[in-house]
Amino acid sequence: MKIVVLVKQVPDTWGDRTLTSSGVLDRQASESVIDEINERALEVALSYQDSNDAEIVALTMGPASATDVLRKCLAMGADSAVHVVDDALAGSDLGWTSAAIAAAISKAGYDLVIAGNESTDGRGGVIPAMVAEHLGVPHLTFLTSVEISPERISGERDTENGTVSVHAALPAVISVTERSAEPRFPSFKGIMRAKKKPLDVLTIADLDPDILSGMGRSVVLTATQRPARSAGTKVVDEGNAGNQLAEFLAAEHLI
Amino acid sequence: MSNVLVLAEVSNTGQIRNSAGMLLAAASSLGTPVAVVAAAPGAGAALVEPLGALGAQLVYVAETDQVDVLLSSPQVEALVAAAHALTASTILLANSADGRDVAARLAVRLTAGLAIDAIGVREENGRIVATHSVFGGSYTVESAFDGEVAIVTVRQGAIEGKADAAIPTVTTESISVDAASSGVIDAVHEAVTATDRPELRAATTVVSGGRGLGSAEKFVLVEHLADALGAAVGASRAAVDAGYVDHALQVGQTGVTVAPQLYIALGISGAIQHRAGMQTAKTIVAINKDADAPIFDIADFGIVGDVFTVVPQLIEAIGKRTS
Ligand SMILES: Cc1cc2nc3c(=O)[nH]c(=O)nc-3n(C[C@H](O)[C@H](O)[C@H](O)COP(=O)(O)OP(=O)(O)OC[C@H]3O[C@@H](n4cnc5c(N)ncnc54)[C@H](O)[C@@H]3O)c2cc1C
Repeated sequence: MKIVVLVKQVPDTWGDRTLTSSGVLDRQASESVIDEINERALEVALSYQDSNDAEIVALTMGPASATDVLRKCLAMGADSAVHVVDDALAGSDLGWTSAAIAAAISKAGYDLVIAGNESTDGRGGVIPAMVAEHLGVPHLTFLTSVEISPERISGERDTENGTVSVHAALPAVISVTERSAEPRFPSFKGIMRAKKKPLDVLTIADLDPDILSGMGRSVVLTATQRPARSAGTKVVDEGNAGNQLAEFLAAEHLI
Repeated sequence: MSNVLVLAEVSNTGQIRNSAGMLLAAASSLGTPVAVVAAAPGAGAALVEPLGALGAQLVYVAETDQVDVLLSSPQVEALVAAAHALTASTILLANSADGRDVAARLAVRLTAGLAIDAIGVREENGRIVATHSVFGGSYTVESAFDGEVAIVTVRQGAIEGKADAAIPTVTTESISVDAASSGVIDAVHEAVTATDRPELRAATTVVSGGRGLGSAEKFVLVEHLADALGAAVGASRAAVDAGYVDHALQVGQTGVTVAPQLYIALGISGAIQHRAGMQTAKTIVAINKDADAPIFDIADFGIVGDVFTVVPQLIEAIGKRTS
């Protein structure tokens, strides 16, 4: 079984995240890390590999700096990595991103693609199903639990209205939520081994140069920062704070 | 006026999901609102009147007997068929799990531009412009589209107002769906909404509890305050991880984003990832034992105190005022 895990480098949610006025992420302004959700996606693949025969490829599209997230995946246990990097892809919208990723997956070969349900920066949650459509295979997204077998994938899908038990024949694309798995830490041995594992760097020319043509695009017009909130009244409870709060809420016409 | 398609999500028991009203309201500001439904043969007729009441001027019923079996593909085929038949260039869906999957596959199929999680949509100089709130409300971003078709998913609860009720015309077509490229639905476990509390995403008041509540049993304090205020209940990820409440109630970076009139945080430290889901609330109230908790940095009214003494007093005071 060949499993491709999609990973993304994102600005650390623990820090300030900044956009330029044209809506592009200001990568200088914040620390970049592997998205937490991708570590969980990789864990789903690794825990299958722990007791089954599987080859795991970590795949990202992103600027040169995104090599770091692939190295982390290799250290956690992925067997190889693919990095799609091309200046023409800078500032890609969802359509371009999904097309480039799908082309790279096809080139790598796969039985199963595992992604996070949504990134912490874009929060789109659409790339997995878009990739599945490009590849012409089923998608099962927002899975809180996953069962992998050589021909079939199944799991529980989390929606706003409850849960849904789903399955699909392989090959397929799935996405997992933060309830799916607790990622392991890379071991020292893993980090040392990662340095020797293969990491392929691909440009659009290495994929299909036509993948981006003819597609509609979503384009950012403006990005405006909201003024930061400031602290208001703060009281220390001396036995009467509940009543004070009720007064505040009444004065604000909130009760 | 041009046709604007709305995917009306329907439960497997035939209930139209709440998002349809908001989407039809948005569609009516852009053109002629058309509700598109995928339905089992014969099941569409019952949806026409309620969709008209929500503002649909036309209901496009795409019939397939696979609607309860295949994941997303019946809805994708329904919208593809409707977009061709009605030459629609704008398609609106809910930013729900189901809506996003359908939007995703549809965008690739129609080589359309896709914008997600809009909090507003408008037309400007013949162009569709979507507004988004990103990085937990730190930025407002406007986006437009190059290309012929624009697909927008709209954040649930983000658009207020309602389209005028209509008596819709109905078009019924049968569609074929490719099972080979589709996931299969084995069973649906609809969440039991036993409470009459408002829906978290659309509530005007939200009371959330964190790890500070200490246990699932003691979390009922949050529910009592919520009920005294007619509010929805939310939670931090730590409270969800500790099993106090269901994950569906998680507010924050990887949970629900809310923007109510009033947000009350009980025993929540105010980590940046929690704030990402609530910091655009109009008024924020926080009660926390720790005077240095970061939640106080964004609270309009903060109380340094124990939730188990402050909240019962507050509930009593509210009771006195409202009785
Ligand atoms: C990628 C990522 C995504 C995340 N997504 C989310 C998300 O969506 N939502 C989210 O909430 N978090 C999220 N987190 C987690 C976040 O970082 C915090 O860990 C979490 O919000 C903490 O929850 P808490 O405030 O309930 O717990 P704590 O930080 O443990 O705070 C508990 C608070 O309760 C107070 N307290 C204790 N007892 C009492 C009492 N009796 N009376 C009053 N106060 C009391 C304490 O002083 C403390 O401030 C995410 C983290 C990461 C890395």
